[in-house]
Amino acid sequence: MVRYILQRLGQTLLVLLIVSFLTYLLVDFLPGDPIAAMTGGEISGETYERLFYEMNMDKPVLVRYFLWLKGAFTGDLGMSQSYHRRVVDVIGERVPVTLYLSVLAFLISVPLGILFGIISAVKRGSAADTAVTLTANVCTCLPQFWLGILFMYIFAMQLGWLPSSGFVWPHENFVLSIRQTIMPLLCLAIGGIASITRQTRSSMLEVIRQDYIRTARSKGLKSKKVIYVHALRNALLPVITLMGLRLGGMIGGSVFVENVFVIPGMGSLLVNAISSVDIPLVQGCVLLIAVFSCVINLITDIVYVYVDPRIKVA
Amino acid sequence: MSQLEKNLSPEKARKAAKEHKAKNRRVFIKTLFSRKLVLVSSIILVLIILAAILAPVISPYNPNAIAVKERNQSPSAAHLLGTDEYGRDVLSRIIYGSQVSLIVGVLAVAIACVIGTTLGMIAGFFGGFVDDVISRIAEAIRVIPQVVLAIALCAVFGGGIVNMAIILGISNMTVYIRMMRSQVMSIKERDYIMAGRLQGNSNWRLMLRHILPNSVSPIIVTMTQQIGGTILSEAGLSFLGLGISVPTASWGSLVSGGRAYLLSNPVYSLAPGFAIALLVVCLNTVGDGVRDALDPRLRGEV
Repeated sequence: MVRYILQRLGQTLLVLLIVSFLTYLLVDFLPGDPIAAMTGGEISGETYERLFYEMNMDKPVLVRYFLWLKGAFTGDLGMSQSYHRRVVDVIGERVPVTLYLSVLAFLISVPLGILFGIISAVKRGSAADTAVTLTANVCTCLPQFWLGILFMYIFAMQLGWLPSSGFVWPHENFVLSIRQTIMPLLCLAIGGIASITRQTRSSMLEVIRQDYIRTARSKGLKSKKVIYVHALRNALLPVITLMGLRLGGMIGGSVFVENVFVIPGMGSLLVNAISSVDIPLVQGCVLLIAVFSCVINLITDIVYVYVDPRIKVA
Repeated sequence: MSQLEKNLSPEKARKAAKEHKAKNRRVFIKTLFSRKLVLVSSIILVLIILAAILAPVISPYNPNAIAVKERNQSPSAAHLLGTDEYGRDVLSRIIYGSQVSLIVGVLAVAIACVIGTTLGMIAGFFGGFVDDVISRIAEAIRVIPQVVLAIALCAVFGGGIVNMAIILGISNMTVYIRMMRSQVMSIKERDYIMAGRLQGNSNWRLMLRHILPNSVSPIIVTMTQQIGGTILSEAGLSFLGLGISVPTASWGSLVSGGRAYLLSNPVYSLAPGFAIALLVVCLNTVGDGVRDALDPRLRGEV
């Protein structure tokens, strides 16, 4: 098993190397002269020259890439052109906010999704199943940004229950923080709840059909025990894969949610960076998000070994 | 061989094959539309497509006609969904917006399908080093969340309908690579591929004439499953101001444009979002229907 984990670790590192290279290449893929594109072209020859050397543009692309990568390992991702500060510092301020919201939304959506999935699988064909399945199908299709605006209109503007935007930490102002995070969390979690519900339902239905469940039933086990102990354990395996994907998806969703509710996180930072063609900042954001996704994938795979002993043998 | 020829002349065999195909198609259509939900979604879908094609005929106003005197109006008999900050008719802009969504969606899925299927087929067929390179790069692209990847690509390609389709095509292609790779790996071991190889067919001919036609079902299923999500992504990018730029009406940018007037005319922002949701729900329902109808296990044939 150690060998399997090491192998996965090696693969992850290789993938990260490729991602970082592709991310770095963003500079060279920019249309026209990269420095002109990044600054909007209205700079003095001096500034141009400074930037030219700052970004090592006089060196071949592979050398530049390794210099950038070396910098990344020592916590130096260059200077942000729009914030005029170090990329690492700008990102460092924003990461905790996005992580806080994403992880909370994740923690909400996993148990709810599994619960709804079990209910609709066990009561297959009932009104409850139809309602859950239909709602889940619709919820996976709703644009998050629209959902956010809809919530904002209903709960903030019409009912006046919640503040329409902003973000403070719970330790700064607990009540306000809770009130402010309800709508963003709901937006982030709804898609996750819906997709986990769908996955749980379909894999539960798959497992319930199998022989060992019939055996368990026919040896007289209680229906509840069969479902929650025997069926659920195996049905949750594909759900674990999905959970890993969802956590990455939450980061993607935070782009929209942070935009709608004016939250200073990674998502809104990335959009700002793209809008102002702040390439070092874009590279930093993409690299960090990629590292994060890779780590989640790795964790998912390792968890898998523990819950599915078949992998150990293979 | 001679026995076979006696019983079944080439002409008869061709006819039988044709009939078999026609029967399969009939069963497929019957299974697909036997579900009410799929039927209703298909009808709505056809209506949306018709609206997009007939936009110049059915929209009450020119979507880009600026009328400063009529700006920021609430819904009324003259403007059913009100007007925007330039006095443009929101309903007309929504009708025209369907064109953008549909064109970008179809084009992006087509691009993703062509590139992804080709790369996946090459990876699965040749294996070895080629497979390693393609699979690793695909994996690297896949670890970046799709939205983030699309946003990063916006910096390179910029906005506009064609660029949007290219961006979303690239960020969606890995699904096809993976699907096609595993598909080819299972097909290439079959006897008829071996027979084709023994007849002296070239690799490319084997891939295009024998493997590709036998992978059509999963390709179609993947395409129908992806188009909804692609349209959602386009709307998202346009909402962020990175996708389709003004003055072209796109549903995403309409939702964003109406945000500032949420109190005075909520319909301006909420209606185009509803249109996106409706289109995507219908596409995904039909997509699921197609998947189930093409799956012989669910059709009760196996």
